Amino acid sequence: MGIKKNKEFETNDFPILDQYEGGSIILTQLDALLNWSRSNSVWPLTFGTRCCAIEFMAVGASRHDMARFGYEVARASPRQADMIIICGSINYKMAPVLKRLYDQIADPKYVIAMGACAVSGGPFFYNSYSIVKGADHVIPVDVYVPGCPPRPEALLYAFLQLQKKIRREKNFKTKIKK
Amino acid sequence: MTNEQLIEHLSKAYPDAVATQGSQYPEITVPREILHTFMQNLKSDSNLAFDYLVCESGVDYPAFLQVVYHLESTTFRHFLVVKSNTENRETAVLDTVCDIWPTAEFHEREIYDLLGITFNHHPDMRRFFLDDTWGYPLRKDFTDDIHVVER
Repeated sequence: MGIKKNKEFETNDFPILDQYEGGSIILTQLDALLNWSRSNSVWPLTFGTRCCAIEFMAVGASRHDMARFGYEVARASPRQADMIIICGSINYKMAPVLKRLYDQIADPKYVIAMGACAVSGGPFFYNSYSIVKGADHVIPVDVYVPGCPPRPEALLYAFLQLQKKIRREKNFKTKIKK
Repeated sequence: MTNEQLIEHLSKAYPDAVATQGSQYPEITVPREILHTFMQNLKSDSNLAFDYLVCESGVDYPAFLQVVYHLESTTFRHFLVVKSNTENRETAVLDTVCDIWPTAEFHEREIYDLLGITFNHHPDMRRFFLDDTWGYPLRKDFTDDIHVVER
């Protein structure tokens, strides 16, 4: 989820490399290189809808400092960002805005749902007319962080989990030759 | 004026209205027919001079809907709570006070949006937060099978 395979590469598409002995090893190494560079530079979007955004700011500040993990700067434009951290509840009026922001981020893009509201609606699950019951009704989510709000350490752990997920990605598919 | 003086003054001037001492502020319940002239006098009377509408809010009761006005005078520093009931839940109409205190314009739009009380002579009586497809979600009989998970 959140990771779209590039269609051009999907079918058998490195014919030249595949012809040779060990060609797939080169592609594996290319994967490793791409994943290494992607996972160590994931720039989040400045996006906070409720009190979880305060924790997100704390993570960005010098005490916790998410830049240590490559989550360098929060970008104010989705076109410069790689991921969204959904900090807080999404209400029905905000949902189309969130969807548009997600669509404006260039691939590959990732989403962390931070806090009980973004995971499931949280304290607003029952008898609320305005809150979306989980941000994954709107956009696909990669990592869920429970808590109300989560500690900065919990968000840092989610960052590491997302990096692990990015490093497992396969960007090129090769046809196995008999 | 002290709270006691306020209650005495108002109940003498407006025999239709019911003035009592609430837990914090003096409260007065005004019939909706005289609401607008009553409010205008509260502001223009130099002994009262309620020039600040602190808050305007709506309340849902089983038989009627109510609008509550919290007023303060910045010269005398006294408070007053004015309440006015609508006729019933179906025809929930009151007169606007936004020609007296302009801040009421947005307050009344919010009350209309969430409780469905319409205000006569309001310059811009549209939905405030929600779009036109919604009902009035703060009414106790509001139901919504799509958005609301009941418990």
